[in-house]
Amino acid sequence: MILKTVSGPKEALSGLFDGATLMLGGFGLCGIPENAIQELVRLGVKNLTCISNNAGVDDFGLGLLLQHRQIKKMISSYVGENDEFERQMLSGELDVELIPQGTLAERCRAAQAGIPAFYTPAGFGTEVAAGKEVRDFDGKMHILEHAFVSDFSIVKAWKGDEAGNLIFKGTARNFNPCMCGASKITIAEVEELVPAGTLDPNQIHIPGIFVQRIFQGMQYEKRIEQRTVRRKII
Amino acid sequence: MLDKNGIAKRIAQELKDGYFVNLGIGIPTLVANYIPSGISVEFQSENGVLGMGPFPFEGEEDPDLINAGKQTITTLPGASFFDSAMSFSMIRGKHVDLTILGAMEVAQNGDIANWKIPGKMVKGMGGAMDLVASAENIIVAMMHTNRAGESKLLKRCSLPLTGVGCVKKVVTDLAVLEITPEGFKLLERAPGVSVSQIEKATEGTLIVSGDIPEMHI
Repeated sequence: MILKTVSGPKEALSGLFDGATLMLGGFGLCGIPENAIQELVRLGVKNLTCISNNAGVDDFGLGLLLQHRQIKKMISSYVGENDEFERQMLSGELDVELIPQGTLAERCRAAQAGIPAFYTPAGFGTEVAAGKEVRDFDGKMHILEHAFVSDFSIVKAWKGDEAGNLIFKGTARNFNPCMCGASKITIAEVEELVPAGTLDPNQIHIPGIFVQRIFQGMQYEKRIEQRTVRRKII
Repeated sequence: MLDKNGIAKRIAQELKDGYFVNLGIGIPTLVANYIPSGISVEFQSENGVLGMGPFPFEGEEDPDLINAGKQTITTLPGASFFDSAMSFSMIRGKHVDLTILGAMEVAQNGDIANWKIPGKMVKGMGGAMDLVASAENIIVAMMHTNRAGESKLLKRCSLPLTGVGCVKKVVTDLAVLEITPEGFKLLERAPGVSVSQIEKATEGTLIVSGDIPEMHI
């Protein structure tokens, strides 16, 4: 067995450099790598390009990196709910590339799977298609999209083992599995790190081959962005 | 004239037994409250859940369980979770039967604009472009006119497009309309709304053929 365990976020992010391209898992604040983001703030790395579906909120998630002006470019599908993001985008400090959510996911998956590019109908006839190759398949128009090229994937899972095998929980799964193995190095933080042999191989969502470094995260806040409830009728 | 819940109620009549449905944010979300009795549908949320249930009771919220609007949700028996790539495999692969979403503008050729207003802060298209490019059946839920009283049913969209030639049906506070090669075909009037009111509120070509029935809500 090949051990992937590292001592914590500090060791997990070793070698991360100014100007790196990162993939970060999560949908809104759900399933984000909280510990690794804190460590990125502490490291103070700058000029990052971040591939992430969203950009956090002002004081949590990727919003923390924005606050410290560590991000040069965001590649996302939706970036609302963040005033600092808006300020930096409008002032031109932050470069933003908005792409359709399914295209974002598939560009991650393509990178993971060694597929350099693929055709998708999403965005045909819109400004997303500008400058892209267009092709007709069975009478329907598609555009060519390329796999991402990225240095580090930083993901969050529920459970993981020393071999880097991962299991996700609920909708905290989202982009995390698609990003594993989609960069040169994949770093996974988990809520519960267990010895190899503990997890049922039938239940593994991401095999350890896609993960280079794994660590046990601490003190998860798991902030809820839109707490929505219904009343109990008594 | 219908309110937002009225629009949702009318759209709910379009649901058929066995449908997998993706609901957008806003009025479409309300459709889940009006599923006709005697049919089973399953709701898909593109962040990775099929079999979405109602909002949780207070104290039972799970931060690891949200919908695409980032709201806390529950799941129903038979639900499943999956990653974002598989979620859009369901959408692009036409496994989802019906997409209901809001719009800023719809053109009579089925073009839709719902993600960007030039000069304003742009938040992004999220999954809308993938949804409209692939869904077999797309219903738009929106008000017939904008806040300035201008028609949102146009000959051509003026805003940046989300998708081309994809909308099949539009349900507004005034009417139900079908997209046809000739233009917006008026199918039904909202309670108390006249054909001439709908004509005035529609900039695109409106086809009125025969007697137009009032909606049953």
